[in-house]
Amino acid sequence: MDIGYYPGCALHGSSNDYEASVRVCMKALGVELNELEDWICCGASAAHCINKKLSTALPARNLGIAEKQNLKSLFAPCPMCSMELTKANEAIRSDEALRKEMSDIVETPVTGNVDVVNLIQVFQAVGYDAIAERATRKLENFKPACYYGCLLTRPPKVVKFDDPEEPTSMEELLQKLGAEPVEWNCKTVCCGGGLTLSDEEGVAAMTYRVLQNAIDSGANCVVVACPMCQVNLDMRQADAKKLGLTKDVPIFYLSDLVGLAVGCAAKDLDIERRYVSIPKDLK
Amino acid sequence: MAKIGVFTCWCGENIARNVDVDKVSEAISKLPGVACSMNYKYMCSEPGQSLIASKIHELGLTGVVVASCSPHMHLKTFRKACETAGINSYLVEMANIREQCSWVHNDKEIATAKAIELIGMAVEKVRRNHALEPIKVPVTKRALVVGAGVAGIQAALDIAAGGVEVILVEREPSVGGKMAGLSETFPTLDCSQCILTPRMVEVGQHPNIKLMTYSEVDKVDGFVGNFKVTIRKKARYVDIAKCTGCGSCWNACPKKNKIPNSFDYNLGNRGAIYIPFPQAVPARPTIDADNCLRLQSMKNGKELCGICQKKCQTEAINFHDQDEFVEVEVGAIVVATGYQLYSIKKEQENPNIKGYAEYGYGKYPDVIDSLQFERIISASGPTGGEPKRPSDGKTPKTIVFIQCVGSRDNAKGITYCSKICCMYTAKHTMLFKHKVHDGAAHVFYMDIRSGGKMYDEFVRRAIEQDGAQYHRGRVSKIEQVNVDGEKKYRCYGADTLSGKPCVVDADMVVLAGAIMPSSGVQQLAQKLSVGYNEYGFLSESHPKLRPVETNAAGVFLCGACQGPKDIPETVAQASAAAGKALIMLSQPMLTREPEIANVDEKLCAACGACVKACPYQAISIEEIRDRKGNFIKNTSRVNPGLCMGCGTCVAVCPSKSVDLIGFTDDQVYAQVESLADVF
Ligand SMILES: Cc1cc2nc3c(=O)[nH]c(=O)nc-3n(C[C@H](O)[C@H](O)[C@H](O)COP(=O)(O)OP(=O)(O)OC[C@H]3O[C@@H](n4cnc5c(N)ncnc54)[C@H](O)[C@@H]3O)c2cc1C
Ligand code: SF4
Ligand code: SF4
Ligand code: SF4
Ligand code: SF4
Repeated sequence: MDIGYYPGCALHGSSNDYEASVRVCMKALGVELNELEDWICCGASAAHCINKKLSTALPARNLGIAEKQNLKSLFAPCPMCSMELTKANEAIRSDEALRKEMSDIVETPVTGNVDVVNLIQVFQAVGYDAIAERATRKLENFKPACYYGCLLTRPPKVVKFDDPEEPTSMEELLQKLGAEPVEWNCKTVCCGGGLTLSDEEGVAAMTYRVLQNAIDSGANCVVVACPMCQVNLDMRQADAKKLGLTKDVPIFYLSDLVGLAVGCAAKDLDIERRYVSIPKDLK
Repeated sequence: MAKIGVFTCWCGENIARNVDVDKVSEAISKLPGVACSMNYKYMCSEPGQSLIASKIHELGLTGVVVASCSPHMHLKTFRKACETAGINSYLVEMANIREQCSWVHNDKEIATAKAIELIGMAVEKVRRNHALEPIKVPVTKRALVVGAGVAGIQAALDIAAGGVEVILVEREPSVGGKMAGLSETFPTLDCSQCILTPRMVEVGQHPNIKLMTYSEVDKVDGFVGNFKVTIRKKARYVDIAKCTGCGSCWNACPKKNKIPNSFDYNLGNRGAIYIPFPQAVPARPTIDADNCLRLQSMKNGKELCGICQKKCQTEAINFHDQDEFVEVEVGAIVVATGYQLYSIKKEQENPNIKGYAEYGYGKYPDVIDSLQFERIISASGPTGGEPKRPSDGKTPKTIVFIQCVGSRDNAKGITYCSKICCMYTAKHTMLFKHKVHDGAAHVFYMDIRSGGKMYDEFVRRAIEQDGAQYHRGRVSKIEQVNVDGEKKYRCYGADTLSGKPCVVDADMVVLAGAIMPSSGVQQLAQKLSVGYNEYGFLSESHPKLRPVETNAAGVFLCGACQGPKDIPETVAQASAAAGKALIMLSQPMLTREPEIANVDEKLCAACGACVKACPYQAISIEEIRDRKGNFIKNTSRVNPGLCMGCGTCVAVCPSKSVDLIGFTDDQVYAQVESLADVF
């Protein structure tokens, strides 16, 4: 399978472990990632609160590049990026004037016909059964709490992915790979990642709520598909402990677990560089 | 030679303000065939009508055009006046120069010119009108009422009291509908069963009412005054004529108390042979074939159990019972199929409607809907009226009530207000507090809509006397949590009045789900040619002036099938529908407008396009045979009893073989042509 790839700033910066994990996992699954040439920031963190035109133009430029490279679908591992790209894509597709305006601004034709997908959707495209067939080991011992955060399923009108409040697509995949995902309350409860710079106490409380519920529900790790969630849940555990968090919780990317299942080495997936180190039996 | 009188009305100022009526009369008087053209301040008034009559007499008019308001308003008035003055009422037309002219234009010159054109068109039409006689059809003096909730019960009793026979069809084993399962009722807190059961008994015993429970409408043929309805009596496996309701069978059934009882919204259990509740009418059991050991074993050629049959002294039980089809003839039909609650849970059947996965309904046993709560606090309910939560039978101390679940939530796809949940939620808090004095009742609401006699006072009582705590805001999520070893449901809410999050740990949560029409109502509506809205609520003919009639002649509506409503409103509407049905059935013959479709059978190629297009199933393909019975050709033919004169067939007929009497193509083209010099 051949697919466009938009890493976004996080994967080339603070979350380059996610990029390693995604690349290694995709390679093992036979998915070829065609990185957009000369991509730019999609503006996910700030542009949408400041300037509507800019917040469409930034992703539009990337969509234009994808179209120029003839890519039918574009994979953005960060859900904030994929949401912004999807939003711009839909807006441009359904509004002729905007299509023209954006094509002018970004100096390349954009039609809004690229299919933007998140990490889980790539696995769905490969096929859960096909992945299970490639698996070289069962993810025994793994009792993950699958965490979708705020963005993977929201806003539902834009992303149109799974149930916005009670999604199950990660659980379905991990179950096929032999893991035992737990039933828990906080799948789509915000971890506070967005408040990292402005409200440290708030973030600690939100992180605590999510992680403690995962522990109380019998999970031995949390699985995410978002660089922001990973960083926040991983890095804030010391603060959460002050609020009573009862133990360390390793935080995986979904691509880590799929990678491990299909035989990638833990080292290649870059799962060593985490704040909370991954115990032996979960490597 | 036509002698047409044209009477232009000022409508006080309504028309005259924007239309120069003198100029209009003057211009119209010049049209060929117009014998007189005059205007008057109020044409519909007694002097106005006399003016028209006097001109009919004086000039011997052959047609009349009244230029005034909408024909919906006064066509009947003017036709009657002219009829009395001696000309056929179908030689009278109206030109609407108020709603379609003076009210919508403010340039007097333009409006005047337009009025002249509108009147000119009417003159051209009336010139080609023919005298017509209303169609007369006989009436079967019997009514069918579908659905036996409080609406159907009330309608049936009223019709029966009017001396007309009623067939009351209910698909459940007992009459009563939702009201039979309610606890106490707002705004007076009288016990629902106490006020309903006497009426249930009455419909069971009334000499004029033929009750058919566990039955459904299968097919509807015929037309107003003359419906032929096929009713499917579902196999009950108990002959209710032989059965005495002794109870030996259901007490002995090995499945007793093992099967969820849908009457208790699955909070209580029953057996495979059961009566849904002790006050059921008829008080006769039904066997639930899916759960009966004998009936299931018979599929494999075995004969297990059969205990009920052995216990029965009257040989009422017949394991070989089958569905039975009964055809009845009725003149009028009242639809009273009621409502159900929106299902709330994540999975929804209708792709346009989304569930609330965030509330865990269907996942957490103590997150229940409002009708389940009614059973829990009802003296006849599965807990004998003691508030106990389903998961462990503990008495809840803190209950969170969430209003507008589904309703008014565009994100979930239901835009309307369900109208009754503000009231019954207030009732729920009161009933709970009356039973658990130290309990806390928290209500999350968007607005409190309590219009109605003594209704707002009732809500105030819940808040001020019984101490219900109202929080204006939504709950975003409900989580099951453990608090000091106690199972709680944490409700993450907002209090938008204080601008703060409001989190409540509840022992139980009650969701006021949106009111939706009963399942299957669309299929029934299609059989009856009754319209319905996007949610399936049946459409009344006019929201203000014909609230219990439908656009299908002879079919009436009442109760929650037409829209969310409480018991007082339901009962009022039921009596209204009964009244309308009785008025119709009291006439020796029914008259119908003669402006219906007519097929030129020589021309018709029997292609069937009209048959498919007709929304009222009024056209069929028939054979034409000569006197000796030799087949000549096929043709489409209009049933004058069914045709509503909508004209759809005329528009689709490729060979122009259908025309609408009183609205012929000829007339319509002439009207359009009269505008030719305008364009
Ligand atoms: C939680 C709750 C509490 C309430 N409390 C109050 C209160 O305190 N006071 C008050 O005034 N109102 C109250 N109401 C409203 C009340 O329930 C309704 O106003 C009333 O039941 C409407 O009566 P109905 O006959 O129109 O409908 P229903 O009671 O729904 O009866 C319809 C009947 O038609 C039958 N049926 C459906 N489809 C078919 C079919 N195709 N063929 C044959 N039969 C069919 C059904 O089985 C049912 O028996 C409450 C409602 C709820 C949800
Ligand atoms: S035992 Fe026979 S008579 Fe008695 S309730 Fe059952 S069916 Fe009716
Ligand atoms: S045959 Fe047995 S299981 Fe079936 S209804 Fe009778 S007693 Fe119950
Ligand atoms: S009646 Fe009240 S609770 Fe029900 S939908 Fe309307 S506002 Fe909401
Ligand atoms: S006029 Fe309308 S109702 Fe009458 S036969 Fe034609 S399509 Fe049917």
